[in-house]
Amino acid sequence: MSAVSVPPDARVLVVLPAWNERESLPGVLAEIREHLPDVAVLVVDDGSHDGTAAVARSHGVDVLELPFNLGVGGAMRAGFRYALEQGYPMVVQVDADGQHDPRDVPRIVERLADADIVIGARFAGTGEYEARGPRRWAMRVLAGVLSRVASTRLTDTTSGFRGAGPRAVELFALHYPAEYLGDTVESLVIAARNGLRIEQIGVSMRERSAGRPSQSPLKAAVYLARACLALVISLGRRRERLVPSEAAVV
Amino acid sequence: MNGHLFALLGALVTLAFMFELLRRRRLREKYAGFWIVTALVVLVAAVFPGITEWLATLVGITTPVNLIFFLGLLVLLVVCVQISAEVSELEHENQALAEQTALLRLRLERLERAVEDAGVREVSPIPDVDGDAR
Repeated sequence: MSAVSVPPDARVLVVLPAWNERESLPGVLAEIREHLPDVAVLVVDDGSHDGTAAVARSHGVDVLELPFNLGVGGAMRAGFRYALEQGYPMVVQVDADGQHDPRDVPRIVERLADADIVIGARFAGTGEYEARGPRRWAMRVLAGVLSRVASTRLTDTTSGFRGAGPRAVELFALHYPAEYLGDTVESLVIAARNGLRIEQIGVSMRERSAGRPSQSPLKAAVYLARACLALVISLGRRRERLVPSEAAVV
Repeated sequence: MNGHLFALLGALVTLAFMFELLRRRRLREKYAGFWIVTALVVLVAAVFPGITEWLATLVGITTPVNLIFFLGLLVLLVVCVQISAEVSELEHENQALAEQTALLRLRLERLERAVEDAGVREVSPIPDVDGDAR
């Protein structure tokens, strides 16, 4: 395999999928450096055209620069492949827009001792993140169904703040759905079907430090429909098989 | 002009067009094959109109022309779905390529840095294969 890089001292890789996040990325990176000095950081630039990759490089972190936009799922799969290739057993996904507090990362990593996937959930007591209307119903339905699939109580299945242990990294390097909502909803179905243990811990969500969230009644309705479709289809899929060796070939 | 003659001409033009596209390598056989078969079916039906009428009565359609419309739409539907499937497959491959490009690029950056740190001054200039084709 690649003998190019320095063997990682840190066991945890924080992956930040970033699409046009030039504004917020420096703040997030600074915060990660401050609170998590020991973790390796990888920014996956998802085909940005605002110089996100250059900004990240100037902060001294490794950057995977995708030639065009693949969506969060595609960016994360690249991140998982990198983690597998470089021998990081644990990956924590943190959004580049500053919504996730890096200080929660150690708690996620801690839980990864027992679970394969730990979701930083927004509705689990801490914080006052609220969703309304169709978006809220969609989240309810998803949470209900996925709780059954994973046979554990999950309240926030679309959270992008999550950690993956060794087994999950191996699985996701190969099978991480790139389609819309696949990175959150379908990835949980795939994980549960492969016997991975999923857990959640409560985290507080913050306002995005830059950019604006996409919310309107119409978008929420479309979101609901797509979420349900994604769920039904992924539940109807055949079980993916766990062959990590395939992914190690780059 | 006679309707059958018109259909006949259309089929012949289609055949010639497909042949020409194939000759210039503008179209791959696996896609052209379908259209050639369709054109041949139209050709046969134009030469022997009896076949269409016989088929129409067989499946219980009173006006043979409706059978033609139905079959025409069916053919278009099948082709569209097939092309959607091909596009999905291509997107999938595209994604894998993008990931690999990014991974290789990072690896290359590290190599270059390592070489620089090792104090090698003159590395033969490799053109920057940025691929920023947006």
